[in-house]
Amino acid sequence: MYEDPSAIALHLTVNGEARDLRAAPWVTLLDLLRETLKLTGSKKGCDHGQCGACTVMIDGRRVNSCLVLAVTRDGAEVVTIEGLAEGGTLHPLQQAFIDHDALQCGYCTPGQICSAVGLLAEGNAHCRDDVRELMSGNLCRCGAYTHIVDAIEMVRLGAVEAAA
Amino acid sequence: MNRFSYVRATSLDEALSALAVPGAAILAGGTNLVDLMKYDVAKPARLVDISRLPLGGITALDDGGLRLGALTPNADTAYDARIQARAPLLASAILAGASAQLRNVATTGGNLLQRTRCAYFYDPCMPCNKREPGSGCPAIGGVNRMHAILGTSEACIAVHPSDMCVALAALDARINVESPGGARVIPIAEFHRLPGDQPQTDSTLGADEIITSVDLPADRFGPHHSYLKLRDRLSYAFALVSVAAGLRLEDGVIVEARIALGGVAHKPWRDREAEALLVGSAPDREAFDHAARAILAPAVGRGGNDYKIELARRAVVRALSQAAAGAPQSQSDKKVR
Ligand SMILES: Cc1cc2nc3c(=O)[nH]c(=O)nc-3n(C[C@H](O)[C@H](O)[C@H](O)COP(=O)(O)OP(=O)(O)OC[C@H]3O[C@@H](n4cnc5c(N)ncnc54)[C@H](O)[C@@H]3O)c2cc1C
Ligand code: SF4
Ligand code: FES
Ligand code: FES
Repeated sequence: MYEDPSAIALHLTVNGEARDLRAAPWVTLLDLLRETLKLTGSKKGCDHGQCGACTVMIDGRRVNSCLVLAVTRDGAEVVTIEGLAEGGTLHPLQQAFIDHDALQCGYCTPGQICSAVGLLAEGNAHCRDDVRELMSGNLCRCGAYTHIVDAIEMVRLGAVEAAA
Repeated sequence: MNRFSYVRATSLDEALSALAVPGAAILAGGTNLVDLMKYDVAKPARLVDISRLPLGGITALDDGGLRLGALTPNADTAYDARIQARAPLLASAILAGASAQLRNVATTGGNLLQRTRCAYFYDPCMPCNKREPGSGCPAIGGVNRMHAILGTSEACIAVHPSDMCVALAALDARINVESPGGARVIPIAEFHRLPGDQPQTDSTLGADEIITSVDLPADRFGPHHSYLKLRDRLSYAFALVSVAAGLRLEDGVIVEARIALGGVAHKPWRDREAEALLVGSAPDREAFDHAARAILAPAVGRGGNDYKIELARRAVVRALSQAAAGAPQSQSDKKVR
C-alpha cells in the first residue's frame, strides 16, 4: 500500500481498541477514521466545522473531527458512533433516537448522537431551551430537530430522575 | 491543503525557536487555521503545535482579577465558576459564539487571532487586500451586508468576527505575550488594528510572539452587564451586530460605562467619549440613546450593510437597558427583553 513519506507515527485508542497508526500531518481525524480505519459512521457534511456531522468524542469531549489534524491528538482516546453500543445493547441515546423517530435520512444522526453524548456528559443543559442551544452545532437538513430534542430530553430527564 | 512540516513543541522556548522559520504558524485548537488551510487561504510552511504546552487553566490574580491561559478552551472559560461569578459578561459572550463542539476546542489565543469571515477573503479566486495586498477589495461595491460600518478604509471593510473579544474589550483585558526578546503586555484596545492601508495585518502581535495568557481585571459591574448578539439565526451564526455593555451605578447614577461593539469594525469597537457622556446621568433611555447616537455618528454604510447603523444604535440602547436592569441577555432562550 502507498504510504505518504511524510507520515508520522501516532497512537490512538479508538472505541476502546489500541491502534498504532501513521498519518501525514495534513490528514484530519475524520479522514483517518473514515479512510484508514473504515469507521464510516462519522460523516463529512461540510468539512469546515459548520454542520456537526463529523462529531466524535476525544478524551471525553465532543469535537468536530473535520477540523482536527490527527497527528495533534497522538495518545488520545476517541469514541465514534460505532463505539457507543455495548455488546448487543444500544446506547440509551441511540435507543431514544429510534423511539422518538429522531431521524429521516439519517445522515446527521451519528453526529447528533455523539454530540448528545457530549452534551449530557458536560451537564450544562437544564431545560429544553438549553438542549436546543447546546445542540445548535449539529444541523439536520431533514429538519428532525423537534424529535431530536425530544429524544435527548427523554434521556436527560431519565438521568435526572434516576439521580433524585 | 498545502504540504507543510509539523513540529510538536514541548516547551515555550522550543515553540518560539520553531516559529522563527519563515512561513511558520502556531497551531492551537486549529478550528480557524485548519479551516483556512483547507481553503488555501492560509498556506503555512510549518505548523508549530503548541497544544501540549502548559498554557491552560484559569488562575486568580492578586488584584482580584483572573488570568486565562492562552490554551484554555473557550468552553472551560465560559463554565468556570470564578469566571461566571467575576466576569459573567465574558462567559455570556463566549456562549453566544460558535457551537458547543467548537468551544470545546477553540482556545483563548486562537479566538483573539481568528481571522475575518469576509467571503471574498475566503475565496482565493477573488481579489482581496487582506489575503493578497494590493489586489483590491471587492466587498466595496460588492456583497457587504456582513461588513464594517466604523473605522473602515478604502483598502478593507472587513469585521473581526469574535464574540469573546468584544467582552474582553469592554473589560479592558490585557494580553500577555512572549518572544525570544522577552515578555510584554498588550492592552486589548491596542491588540487588534484598524485596516488602514495594511489590512493584511490584523493585530499588533509580532510574528515572533506567542500569546501566553490574558488577564482580566477585578469585576466592576456586578449584575449590571449584558452581551446582546444579533444574527441571522438564533444560534451558531456570526454577529451582524453585538454589544457588550457594563455599567457601574451609585445611588441611581451612572459612575462608569463600558460599551464595546462587535460585527461593526475590524476590531472590537469602543468609543470612550461616548461612554463618558453617560457618566453622571440616570440610567434611562434618553441617556442611552444619546450615547448610542454618538457612537454611530461616524458610521458609514456601503450599501448592503447600511441597516447595521440603525441596528447597532438600537442594540446599544437595548444592551444598556438590560445592563441597567441587571437583567443580562439570556444565551439560552434567546428572547430579547
Ligand atoms: C462554523 C464556525 C462558527 C464559528 N462561530 C463563531 C462565533 O459565532 N463567534 C466567535 O467568536 N467565533 C466563532 N467561530 C470561530 C472560533 O471561535 C475560532 O475558530 C476559534 O476561537 C479559534 O481558536 P483556535 O484555538 O481553534 O485557533 P487556531 O485555529 O489554532 O488559531 C487561530 C490563529 O491564532 C494563532 N494562534 C493561536 N494561538 C496562539 C497563541 N497562543 N499565540 C500566537 N498565535 C496563536 C494561530 O497561528 C492562527 O493564526 C466559529 C468557527 C467556526 C468554524
Ligand atoms: S473587506 Fe477586507 S477581507 Fe474582505 S475582500 Fe475587502 S480587503 Fe478582503
Ligand atoms: S463535517 Fe465537520 S462540521 Fe461538517
Ligand atoms: S435526518 Fe436527514 S439530515 Fe438529519
